[in-house]
Parts: sequence; structure tokens; C-alpha cells
Amino acid sequence: MTDIGVPVLRSSRSIAWARRRAAWSRGWAIFRRQRSGVVGVAILVIFVVVAFAAPFIWPASDLDISRATGPILAPPSWSYPFGTDNAGRSVLTLVAWGTRVSLLVGVAATAISMIIGTLVGIASGHYKGLIGASLERLTDWFLVIPFLPLAVVLATILGATLQNVIIVIGITSWPSTARIVRAQTLSVEARPYLERARALGAGDWHQMRRHVLPNVMPLVLANTTLTVAVAILSETTLAFLGLGPSDKVSWGSILEDVFNGAGISQGAWWWLLPPGLCVVVVVLAFTLVGRALEVVVDPRMRGR
Amino acid sequence: MAVVLPDVEPPPGPAVPTRRRRRRRRAAGESLGVYAFKRTLIGLGTTVFVIVVNFFLFHALPGDPLANYTRGRNVDQDQIRALRKAYNGPLWDQFTHYIQNPFSSRIDSARFSQPVWQVIGDHVWPTILLVGTATVLSTIFGLLIGIRAGWTRGSRFDKWSTAVTLLLYSVPEFWLGMMLLIAFSTGVGPLPAIFPSGGMHSADVDPTSLAGVWDTLKHLFLPCATLALVYLAEYSLVMRASVLEEKSQDYLTTARAKGLRDKMVRRRHAVPNALLPSITLIFLNVGFIISGAVTIETVFSWPGLGELTFQAIGGPDVPLLQALFLLFSVAVIASNVIADIVVAAVDPRTRS
Repeated sequence: MTDIGVPVLRSSRSIAWARRRAAWSRGWAIFRRQRSGVVGVAILVIFVVVAFAAPFIWPASDLDISRATGPILAPPSWSYPFGTDNAGRSVLTLVAWGTRVSLLVGVAATAISMIIGTLVGIASGHYKGLIGASLERLTDWFLVIPFLPLAVVLATILGATLQNVIIVIGITSWPSTARIVRAQTLSVEARPYLERARALGAGDWHQMRRHVLPNVMPLVLANTTLTVAVAILSETTLAFLGLGPSDKVSWGSILEDVFNGAGISQGAWWWLLPPGLCVVVVVLAFTLVGRALEVVVDPRMRGR
Repeated sequence: MAVVLPDVEPPPGPAVPTRRRRRRRRAAGESLGVYAFKRTLIGLGTTVFVIVVNFFLFHALPGDPLANYTRGRNVDQDQIRALRKAYNGPLWDQFTHYIQNPFSSRIDSARFSQPVWQVIGDHVWPTILLVGTATVLSTIFGLLIGIRAGWTRGSRFDKWSTAVTLLLYSVPEFWLGMMLLIAFSTGVGPLPAIFPSGGMHSADVDPTSLAGVWDTLKHLFLPCATLALVYLAEYSLVMRASVLEEKSQDYLTTARAKGLRDKMVRRRHAVPNALLPSITLIFLNVGFIISGAVTIETVFSWPGLGELTFQAIGGPDVPLLQALFLLFSVAVIASNVIADIVVAAVDPRTRS
């Protein structure tokens, strides 16, 4: 653990890089030992491949209702492995294309939420006076506004486009990240080396960027994967309520079609099952990866 | 690696606090009454914030709110004048008009042509019935599963229940609802269609009669089971984690050393101490479930607040949506305050 076999060192920067590399490989070794986390990564790789490959395997014209060629509400068969929907489109094609929107929204919304959450969290932990207190209050307030009604109202106001759905999910899901980051910032700032940095005349920006941020990042990373899972569930819910982009197929919009297109009373289980199952599997994969990363980040979790 | 911290939880003493414990409690923090008062004040502050947000959020709506609101409705000139005063004019005037009484909007719902709070009042009870039953069921089963899984960690029961609860935790609840609906209401393959497809009552049954109660229960079963399953997953995961946390504490070794049977150690010592995080979560969730039931109520056409929200989105029926947003937020804030006070009453350490 202590000796990592560092080659000849010249500058403090190269020491830092060598140490960082060693920390990453140590983290990866711990991660690899957790089977569930590895399974999660494998599942995610498969879905990412499907998302990128979808346009090449299933042409976009197959999504067009007016040009659908299949039988209406046909159960699974050799030519339509997942059956067809009420317009004669292949459910397999819909689900494959839906992967793109669901993953995109999940990742992009999480990026927004992470950036806001990290900035607000570090700033509210670092600045002591009025700024810190008001940022903390703001976080607490946003934390109690129920997510779904706020997202519904925002989506209604902004209008249902892909970009707006990403923004809505992003700006409604940052407070929990901010709270975690703030707690970590407070604990980092209490350590002696920050006192040293301050004594040497480090400014606020330098302290936050060079000392606090690197210490907060692993935690943010572990939190990120869990947030992606929540963001994908949120996208599905918004799309189901008819607040998703109307020109894009996502897993949520397929479920909306099932509900509005009488798929349930027709007993079209092949139409209902695949999109929901995809959501479950991807969300589960992100959760597993997130839990495994938490173990990497937090030594107390080991052996649980 | 494992550093044993000196502040091991004291073994649970007799139910009545002795004089020594009471004195220490007073020294450690303020009295429960003062704490509850402060906490309520903070809650009220948050409510004011929500009211202000609510105003500005809806005034960011594009287009002419008056035109949106009156479209397709019969409105006489007097009403238009009153509405114009409420909706047009300088922002500050609108704000003072709104802030005077945000809870008794005299403006009608665009969809129902009734005062919004009257519409909401009609839809409150079905939601309370649904959410209340689901909360009770998910609490009981979630805690029982979590306790058993945590206590027998690594057993077959633990592995299976953790896998199933993690799975349920990842399920979009409306999809689970639709799956149950297609399985037990439409009937797929060998599955019988034994439950009604939606709503709260059948048309031909008097809801106050015995047969009517039975009928309502049958309508309640599927939406309630869906909600309960989804929330049960969360509770059992949290309960399992906190039972695991308590399991390694020294006072359990002490209890065993006294010669208590395993069952008694669990029931008398471990579980009461492990309950706290779950209790907090359950109280916190009540507020969220009310607003989170939007999709479930939509799927099952359950005539509650969630289904009302869905209808309000469709318009969009802005006055109704505004009132619902306020109501949901206040529900969450209130359940937050109650959760904090309950936890403080149970565990004085959290009061600092």
C-alpha cells in the first residue's frame, strides 16, 4: 500500500501524477473484486453499443408510423422478435432507438446536475459568511420541493423538447449532490494541509480548485452513477406523462404509447415488457456500479 | 483498519428515563418543545419560499395567461375584468394580489369550472386512502424483510430478498402497475382476469354498502400493491443496512453474555436501535408519495390528486396546476418537519 515503486522523479507535478495513477489503479483493483459492479459495467457497455449501432442496423424510416409495414399488434415471431405495436412497427426497433434518447438524457442531465451540485456544494462549504449560509438554505429549499410536480411544471412551461427535458431533470436533481459535496468540503477544509495552504497565502479559488475539488471528485463520481439511474427513471416518467419530446422515441414514450394505444386492454404484453425491462436493467446496472464505486471511495463500506 | 470508537451506543435502559439520563439530556440540547417550535418556524420559512417560487414559476409561462385560461370557456365581462386585474398589469401588483391569499384562489379551474380548492377537496380522500394503505403495508413488510435479511446476513433469504428489493428499487412504478394490470385485469395466458381495470368503484354498486366496500377493496388492490412493492424495497434496504450497523455493536455482545436468546437480543436490543433511519425515511416519504402517485393513479384511473395532476397537465390547467404544486410542496415540508420532531423525540442526540 505504501510503496508503489515510483520511477525517478523530477518535479512535484510528476510525483502528483504518479500518485494519482497509483490511486486509480488501486481503485480499479478494488472495483474489480466486486462482481456486481463488473456485471453492471458489462451491461452498460452492451447498451452503449446498441445505442451507437441502432441507426446502422435499423434505419430511421422504420420508426415512421406512416411507413410501417408490419402487421398490427402481432405477438413475437421470427421476423419481429419483440412483436409489433399498434401501428405495425417492430418493437425491437423502437426499443433499440429508445436506448439512444434514454441514455443521452440520463447522462446529459446528470452532467448538468453534477456541475451545479459540485459548484454549489463546494462554495457553500468554503465560504463561511452570507454566501455560504444562503447557498445552504437554497439547497435545503430545493431539496423539499417535490421533484415530480416541479419537473412537470417546468416541462409544461419550457415546452417538451429533448434539450428542455435534459435541463428540467438536470436542474431538479442537483440538491442531493450539493449536500454530499458540502459535507465533504467541510471535512476537507478542516484538515491541516488547507491551513498550511492558507498560511502560504492561497486564495479562495486556489484552495477550492487545487485542494478541495480533487478530494471531492471521487465522491462525486460515485454519486454520478446513482444520479444517472435516477435521471433515466425521471425521463421515463416525464415521457410517460406526455412531457417528453414528441418527435423522439424513448423507452418512456413507448410506454406512453402502450398506455394511450390501448395496449393493456389488448393484452399486448410484448409491447409493454421490453421498454420497461430495459429501464430496469439499465437503472439496476447504474445502481450496481454506483454501489461498487462507493465501496472504492469509502473504506468503511468494505466487507459489507 | 477498524478503529473502535469509544462512543458505543448505551444499551437501551428502562423505558422511563431515570433522573440521571434526564439531566444529561437537558444538558446536551434544548427541550423537545423548543426544538419543535424552531423546526416549525423553519418549515414555515420554506413554505414562504415555495409560495414565491410558485408565483414566479407560473408567471414565466409563455403567451397570454388570460387567453390560455379563457380559451373555449364561457366568461362574462365582469369576470374578464377581475381576471385581467389578477393576471395582467405590473408584476408587483400581480404579486401582491397573489400573496394576499395564496391558499384561497378565487380563480376557477379551467377544466372543471369550479374553484380549484373545491376540485382538490373532492380528490383528496382517494389519494389518502391509497397512499395511507400503501404506506402501512410497505412499512410492515419492508421492515420485517429488512430485519430478517440484515440479521441473517449472507443467508439464502438475505441474498434473495436483497436481489428482489434491488430489482424493485429500479422499476419505474407505473410500468410495474401496467404489468400487474395486464396480468391480472386483462389476463395474459393462464393468468386470470380477477381485478377491475381501473377507477375506484364499479358503476352498479352502492359504495356505502358491504358489497360496495368489497368492490372498492378490489379496485384498491392493484394500485396499492404497486405502490407498496416499490416503497417496500427502499425501506427494507435501509432497514437491512441499519440492522447490519447495529449488529457489530458491543452492547449486543453484552446482551448475549447476559444469556439472552438470539431472538430476544434482536427484538429487544438491535431492532429498536436500528429503527431510527427507517422511521425518518418513512415519515419523509409520506409527503413524496402523495406527489409521486401521479403516474400510478393515472395508470389505474384512481380518482385522486395524482390523476387530477395528469388532467391538469393536459390543458394545461394553470390555476389547478399551481394549487396542486403548492399542496404537494407543503405536504413534503410538513412531513419533513414531523419526521424531524419524531426523530428528536425518540433520539435526543439529533437535537443539537
